[in-house]
Amino acid sequence: MDILETLRTLASDSGFAGFFSIDGLKNLIMIFVSFFLLYLGIKRKFEPLLLVGIAFGCLLVNISNFFSDGVSSAEALYHPELWDAFLDENSEFFHSYGHIMSQGGLLDILYIGVKSGLYPSLIFLGVGAMTDFGPLLANPKSLLLGAAAQLGVFLAFFGAVCLGFTGEEAASIGIIGGADGPTAIFLTTRLAPHLLGPIAIAAYSYMALIPMIQPRLMNLLTTEKERKVVMIQNRTVSKTEKIIFPIVVAVFVILLLPSTAPLIGCLMLGNLWKECGVTERLSDTVQNALMNIVTVFLGISVGATTVASRFLTLQTLEIVGLGLIAFCFSTVGGLLVGKLMYKLSGGKINPLIGSAGVSAVPMAARVSQIEGQKANPSNFLLMHAMGPNVAGVIGSAIAAGFLLAVFK
Amino acid sequence: MNIGDAGITALFGYAVVFFGLILLMIVVYCMSAFFKSREKAVVPEKSAPVVAEEEKIKEPEKPLPVAPGSAGRIKLFDVPDKEAVMIMAIVADTMKKPLNELHFISIREVK
Repeated sequence: MDILETLRTLASDSGFAGFFSIDGLKNLIMIFVSFFLLYLGIKRKFEPLLLVGIAFGCLLVNISNFFSDGVSSAEALYHPELWDAFLDENSEFFHSYGHIMSQGGLLDILYIGVKSGLYPSLIFLGVGAMTDFGPLLANPKSLLLGAAAQLGVFLAFFGAVCLGFTGEEAASIGIIGGADGPTAIFLTTRLAPHLLGPIAIAAYSYMALIPMIQPRLMNLLTTEKERKVVMIQNRTVSKTEKIIFPIVVAVFVILLLPSTAPLIGCLMLGNLWKECGVTERLSDTVQNALMNIVTVFLGISVGATTVASRFLTLQTLEIVGLGLIAFCFSTVGGLLVGKLMYKLSGGKINPLIGSAGVSAVPMAARVSQIEGQKANPSNFLLMHAMGPNVAGVIGSAIAAGFLLAVFK
Repeated sequence: MNIGDAGITALFGYAVVFFGLILLMIVVYCMSAFFKSREKAVVPEKSAPVVAEEEKIKEPEKPLPVAPGSAGRIKLFDVPDKEAVMIMAIVADTMKKPLNELHFISIREVK
């Protein structure tokens, strides 16, 4: 045994040697980015359930994947070039999951669930089972606020086209404004899978930053008098209404936009399991066990797409910037229609509930509650804000369905 | 895609979202109107003698059984159930404690 040769082989095969390759420095930067994301998730509690997984996926992929001539090392957990072949119509492996299964690493295999749209749909199943549509049924006008808060989606889409992104890429960037992680992932995997990493990270980061972004806009766009409005208690919604609602929405929205079927179908099925009263076991499973399992897979496999050589580009910065614009304008859209409803209702509707129309449930509704209480400590807006908040989930799914129908 | 097309797509998309949710709002209004009218129809159906009989056999209220794992009942003074639930949820959230680890004795509205 040639000890020197063995040592040389070990050294050249090690990840440390990878740092001296062409893209090695980029890997090092991404490793520090992953540490920062871990800090945000663990210490600052920014969407920790997903961000910790995404950050660790980012760390794993960048310590195991050093490119050489555009090809990942054999030990890499994630191989972007396999996915390039998967998406290339001229490749013999076009849409071949078998090729991914046989050649891919652990994260390639987990990523199949993202690529096929399985994880976002299953997350929606759990979200549906955890959502109470009662406030929305009690005040159907909330749906207008959910629609208004999709303004940022379309403005950012337009902005992205102006910056030179393709229609598909612009649609995927715009959907960040819907403030709905699973919807953003679902749409991006279908229209612009190469942008999944930056879009998912931007979407979840901004969702986590809602308590910092929204209050400034709320104070800027509303007056003290408007923020002080105390809304009357909503009517009680019967059980039958709650059972019929998911069936009606599923039939109605999917007939209108069939491309929303995976998201709206799963959201409403989860909600029907919750409300119908005869499937407690299933409702409990999708709310807890299934949701947790999918969150594990989704986080780590989205993190895996942040391969240094593809993530550290000017495009990523543009996406992060456009995402922020999308998010802010969605909040503005909700607030402006909230103000309009305040005027039309003769001051009975507090416009602060408009900002909850971005679908980040329930954080956006909580921000409305907190800001409302700052203006008037006896004000309880939480249940009123939950209406636009869940309407936003439906609204962002419709926006995604529209963009999918246009660009697919 | 050129900028003009992008502008039209954005406007049209925003309109489609509004259109979809406005239609859904109309459906929900119709649904709730139907249920409200049904509720109203059910209430007068209860005939007077039946109501009287119901009142006759009304026994003194027994304390309702306490839910498993519950720490007992909460006393509410001038506070509706819904507001009490909201206050409890806010307290639990502020204290970062699950509700089943908190024991609320009473909630009273300070006038």
